[in-house]
Amino acid sequence: MIKYETDVAVIGAGAAGLAAAIEIKKVGLGVLILERDRELGGITLQCIHNGFGLREFNEELTGPEYAQRFINEINELEIPYKLNTMVIETKPGTSEKPYKTLFAVNKQEGVIKIEAKAVILAMGCRERPRGAINIPGFRPSGIYTAGQAQRFVNMEGWLPGKTYVILGSGDIGMIMARRLTWEGCKVKAVVEILPYVSGLLRNQVQCLEDYDIPLITNYTVTKIHGKDRIKGVTISKVDRNFDRVIGTDKFIECDTLLLSVGLIPENELTFNAGAKLSSNNGPVVDNNSETTIDGIFACGNVLQVHDLVDLVTAEAKRAGKYAVDYINNRYGKDTKRIGQIKCVAGENVNYVKPDLINKSDLSKEIVFTFRVRYPDRRILIQFKDENGVIYKKKKIYVIPSEMIELNLNLEEIGINHECKRIEIEVIPRPEVLIEED
Amino acid sequence: MSESSQSVVRVIRCIVCPTGCEIQVKKNESGETSFEGYACKRGLEYAQQEFYEPKRILTTTMRVQNGFLPLIPVRTDVAILKDKLGDALKEIAVKQITAPIKAGDILIENILDSGANIIASRDLSEIQ
Repeated sequence: MIKYETDVAVIGAGAAGLAAAIEIKKVGLGVLILERDRELGGITLQCIHNGFGLREFNEELTGPEYAQRFINEINELEIPYKLNTMVIETKPGTSEKPYKTLFAVNKQEGVIKIEAKAVILAMGCRERPRGAINIPGFRPSGIYTAGQAQRFVNMEGWLPGKTYVILGSGDIGMIMARRLTWEGCKVKAVVEILPYVSGLLRNQVQCLEDYDIPLITNYTVTKIHGKDRIKGVTISKVDRNFDRVIGTDKFIECDTLLLSVGLIPENELTFNAGAKLSSNNGPVVDNNSETTIDGIFACGNVLQVHDLVDLVTAEAKRAGKYAVDYINNRYGKDTKRIGQIKCVAGENVNYVKPDLINKSDLSKEIVFTFRVRYPDRRILIQFKDENGVIYKKKKIYVIPSEMIELNLNLEEIGINHECKRIEIEVIPRPEVLIEED
Repeated sequence: MSESSQSVVRVIRCIVCPTGCEIQVKKNESGETSFEGYACKRGLEYAQQEFYEPKRILTTTMRVQNGFLPLIPVRTDVAILKDKLGDALKEIAVKQITAPIKAGDILIENILDSGANIIASRDLSEIQ
């Protein structure tokens, strides 16, 4: 078996993996990127629309342009990478052999072994398929996830069908509605189970309203018609519990159904390494992006699904720096973490990253990211410890599709080593504060 | 001016920020246009642009001969009039370009006399 040794192995060459690898190489450490696809760049390559890079480059770029900038830097820095190479196993280090071991497979070399002092998990996420949402009906052809259709249309040159219904109003679904309209297809409706749009307002206006594509909220697909090829779908109104309301069925004829019903971080390798996963399906990480396994870090959509690639890049750069710190200061040493504070999601908070704060890092600035469960206006973001509220911040508007980012120094807001748990909540502002505005 | 002498000719939902103000475009009896309901200057500018001369960046794909992929993602280098998007798409659809291509290469110059060029969004090498 061919064996490779490196300082840091990066799994995945999407936005996260590329940015992390560049950070590591820039300080002079060795890095090897492992990518299962045929080229570097990841999913941004198929996101040919604009809207990327406003934070990172202060310019509005398309997905491929955004990826190209990182690919160019990878090439300039001569960072080694392996394409068409699938990592199949991740093993943690031990006190005698502190390096981590990866097994991967590709056509030229067969099964290969990579020994690395640190590993960065940057595998991204995948789409929830039909099987995850239980729609009754046969299994005709013509049912795709929105991202799958996006790859066919934008990279492979195939149109999956002519007349479409799109289930789910996430950003990819809405962007595909416009894209397919531009390619001469008819999008009959975008159907959303929630009472509000899941994606960004900008996409609702520029992808649906610009082309008079109906958006039907509080409805879902309850039957798929057709045996060989899909012939149409039945949509039905749902109540508050998402149960079908009898008597509200409508038939829509279509030859293709696209599903834009959510993304799941792709964590088989994480789990395989023995790392703990948290409620958002991403690994549990501390404020140094380190999973519960020593020297294995995570960033990008494998950690949490992001709405902006710019935020993925920022998170990956941080993970790259933490991996460097780990190699320089902790690798091979039996350094026990001196105690950790748990970060817990409170009212109207879906999840919080990081899950854990090292008590040794209380004087450092920590980037907290989280999402709300439902939209709200005029709210307060509150951090609470065992004794009560320790920090609050006003915000005019929150929506589940927009990740909230907060940079905080915990020592400055009064957290000390006694603290075991902090809770983050998003609550309506008390009346008094509303009058002050 | 009294409310009754103005009529709402269009409602524009602002996309500058997530607040999503509904900006009303009103016309009075003498045909003067006014904008109401915006919360900031950027919102007013957006609504004016959207009302008088809506523009969009066009992003699509172009056929490639001899390329690593059969298509290359392309875009207009500046925003073009929304009304012209359909014609621009048709012109791009009938063109074919030969690899290798570099990101930023101009593939169609001054499309439809709009002043915008169609540029490549990525590098695309020849098929091996």
